[in-house]
Amino acid sequence: MTTLTPVLTKNWDTQGSFTLDGYGGDYAAARKAVGMDPDAIIQAVKDSGLRGRGGAGFPTGMKWGFIPQNDGKPHYLVVNADESEPGTCKDIPLMMANPHSLVEGVIITAYAIRANYAFIYIRGEVLHVIRRVMAAVREAYDKGFIGSGIFGSGYDLEVVVHTGAGAYICGEETALLDSLEGYRGQPRLKPPFPAIAGLYAAPTVINNVESIASVPSIVANGADWFAGMGTEKSKGFGIFSLSGHVTRPGQYEAPLGITLREVLDMAGGVRAGHQLKFWTPGGSSTPIFTAEHLDVPLDFEAVGAAGSMLGTRALQIFDETTCVVRAVLRWTEFYAHESCGKCTPCREGTFWLKQVLKRMEAGQGTEDDIATITDIGDNILGKSFCAFGDGAVSPIHSSVKYFRDEYLKHFEIGGCPFDPAKSTVWGVA
Amino acid sequence: MTYAPEIRARLEADAKEIISRYPKPRSALLPLLHLVQSEDGYVSDDGQEFCAELLGISKAEVVGVSTFYTMFRRKPAGEFHVGVCINSLCAIMGGDQIWDELTEHLGTDEATPDGKVSLERIECNAACDFAPVMLVNWEFFDNQTPTSAKQLVDDLRDGKAVSPTRGPARLCTFKEASRVLAGMPDGLAGEGPSAVGPSLEGLKVARKNGWEAPK
Ligand SMILES: Cc1cc2nc3c(=O)[nH]c(=O)nc-3n(C[C@H](O)[C@H](O)[C@H](O)COP(=O)(O)O)c2cc1C
Ligand code: SF4
Ligand code: FES
Repeated sequence: MTTLTPVLTKNWDTQGSFTLDGYGGDYAAARKAVGMDPDAIIQAVKDSGLRGRGGAGFPTGMKWGFIPQNDGKPHYLVVNADESEPGTCKDIPLMMANPHSLVEGVIITAYAIRANYAFIYIRGEVLHVIRRVMAAVREAYDKGFIGSGIFGSGYDLEVVVHTGAGAYICGEETALLDSLEGYRGQPRLKPPFPAIAGLYAAPTVINNVESIASVPSIVANGADWFAGMGTEKSKGFGIFSLSGHVTRPGQYEAPLGITLREVLDMAGGVRAGHQLKFWTPGGSSTPIFTAEHLDVPLDFEAVGAAGSMLGTRALQIFDETTCVVRAVLRWTEFYAHESCGKCTPCREGTFWLKQVLKRMEAGQGTEDDIATITDIGDNILGKSFCAFGDGAVSPIHSSVKYFRDEYLKHFEIGGCPFDPAKSTVWGVA
Repeated sequence: MTYAPEIRARLEADAKEIISRYPKPRSALLPLLHLVQSEDGYVSDDGQEFCAELLGISKAEVVGVSTFYTMFRRKPAGEFHVGVCINSLCAIMGGDQIWDELTEHLGTDEATPDGKVSLERIECNAACDFAPVMLVNWEFFDNQTPTSAKQLVDDLRDGKAVSPTRGPARLCTFKEASRVLAGMPDGLAGEGPSAVGPSLEGLKVARKNGWEAPK
C-alpha cells in the first residue's frame, strides 16, 4: 500500500504557513547551496531523479546542465506559474500556503545555473496568490536572502514577480518567454532551445513551480532521500489533485506510482451512490481513462504505456451521470478559444472540431461525424507548431475510443441522453 | 483626450518604477496594461497611448499585445467583475446552471446598468477541487451554488461586505485588484487562511494515519 508523503504540503494546516516564520525557515537549504559548487547542486538534482512537474517530465538536473558555462552572457531562471491546464490545481494552493518553498527553490536553482535574475510568471487571475508570492519575495529581500551578496556570499540575485493576463498558451514555455518580453504569447520555433537562446536570447531555464519548490528538500535531505520515493524512473513525490465527483476532493501529496484506486480510497471514493465513468490522469490534454485504469501506477512510464500521460497529476473524476460528449465539447471550446492562431492545423482544426462537436452533442450528428472529428484530430496531432495541438486532440481521440456508443446514442435519440442536473453537486440522486 | 496632468504624473511615477524592475523595458508592458486598468477599468485608448510612450514603441504594437490577452478589457469592467468557471469540470458540477440562473437573475450576461457588476464566463482557474468556482475581481469564491451566486451579486450591488473564501477579509474593487496585478502590493497578503477545505484533505489523511515522508 502506498502512503502519503507530505513535504510541500506539510505546513499548510498551520496558521501563517505563508510567512517566513511559518515556513520554519532561515532558508537553511539555500544557505547551504550558496556555499556549494554550483555543479555539485546540478549533480545532486540529476542524482535525485527529479523530473519536471509541469507536465512533460523532463529531467530537471539535465535541463540545468544544458546551460552553457563561462559564456559571458547573462543567464535567467523563469518559473512557470501559469497553471491553466484544465483540471490542474496544485501550484496555486502551493503558492498560496507555502510560497517560501518556491522562493527558496528559486535561489538554489538560480545559483546552480549561474543566473543573477529570476522571474516568477504567475497567471493573472489569482490575486491573493500573487499577493502571497510578492510578500514572500519581499520578506526574503528584507532578510538578505535575495539581493546583492546573499547570505554574505559574493552572489547577487534579483527576483521579479510578473503577472500574466489570461492566456493558457502562455504556459507553453517559449510562449511564456515572448509574453514576458512584452509580446503576444505565441510559441517560438525550437531549436534553439531556451537553454541556449531563451529570455532576451540568453540561456534560460524554465521550470514549473512544483519542480522548483521540490529543490530545497533535495538539497536539505540529499538526492538519495528523494530517489528513495517513487518508482524506478519516476522518482520522488508529487501533488495529486483530485477533483469532480468524489467524496473528498483535494490535494494528496504522494510518491509517484500511487494508483487512482489508492487515492480514491483515501478520498472516500466516488461520491456516494455513484460509479467512476471516466477521468483524466493529468489534465484535459491527457487522453481520458476509465475504470479499467484504476490500478495503473501513476508515474510517467505506466501512464504512458496505458495510452495517456501523467501530465500534471490532475485527476478529474466524472461519474456515470456525466455525458462524455458534453465534457469533450466543452474542453474543445476551450482549446478553440485558447489556440494562439500561429499555425493552421490547430487554429482551423480546433475551430472545426468545435462546430462539429456542437452538432453532435445536440444529437444532430451522424456516424460520419465521428470519422470527421477523428480525421480533423489526425490533421492536428503531430502536425501543429507546439504541444497545444496534441493536447487539444487528446479528449477527442480517447473519448471516441472508449465511448463511441455514447456518441451514437446522441444521434439515435436526437439529443443528449443525460440529465445535466444529476451531475451537479446539489443534484445527488 | 489625454490624462489630466496630476493623474499622468502619478501613473508615470508608478510606471517608471515598474519598468525599472526589468532588464529590458518592454517586459513591463503587461504590468503597465494592468496599471492602465487600475485607472480606467479597461485598456483605454489613452492608457495604451501612455504605455507606448513610456516604452518607446508604437501604439499599434501595444494594441497588438493587449488584444491577445483576455484579462485586458476593451470595455470598462464593473466595480466587481464576476467570473463563473464554465470549463468542463466546473460546468458539469454546476457551473453551467449557475451561469444560467445568474444571468437570468441579473437580466444580462455582460454588465449591470449601475456599473456595479460585470460578468464573464471564465476558463479553469486552478481551483477544480473547489468546484463549482466563481471569482470576483480575481479572488476565489469557492463551492458555489445558484443560490449563493445570486446572493453574492445582490450583496455586491447593495454595497454589502463580502469576503472571498481564500483571500482578504474585504473584497477590493476591480481597479484596486488591477493595481496589485501591475506589481504594486496592497499589504493584504497576510489576511485570509493559509489553506482551507480540499487543500487540506490529503494532509488530514496523512496526519490521521501517522504518514510522513521518509526522514
Ligand atoms: C499549451 C501548454 C500549456 C502549458 N502550461 C503549463 C503551465 O501552466 N505550467 C507549467 O509549469 N508548464 C506548462 N506547460 C509545460 C511547459 O511548456 C514546460 O514544459 C514546463 O514549464 C517545464 O517545466 P518542468 O520541466 O519543471 O515541468 C505547458 C505546455 C503547453 C504545451
Ligand atoms: S499548436 Fe495551437 S497554440 Fe501551438 S502554435 Fe499552433 S496555433 Fe498556437
Ligand atoms: S474547471 Fe473550474 S476551476 Fe478548474
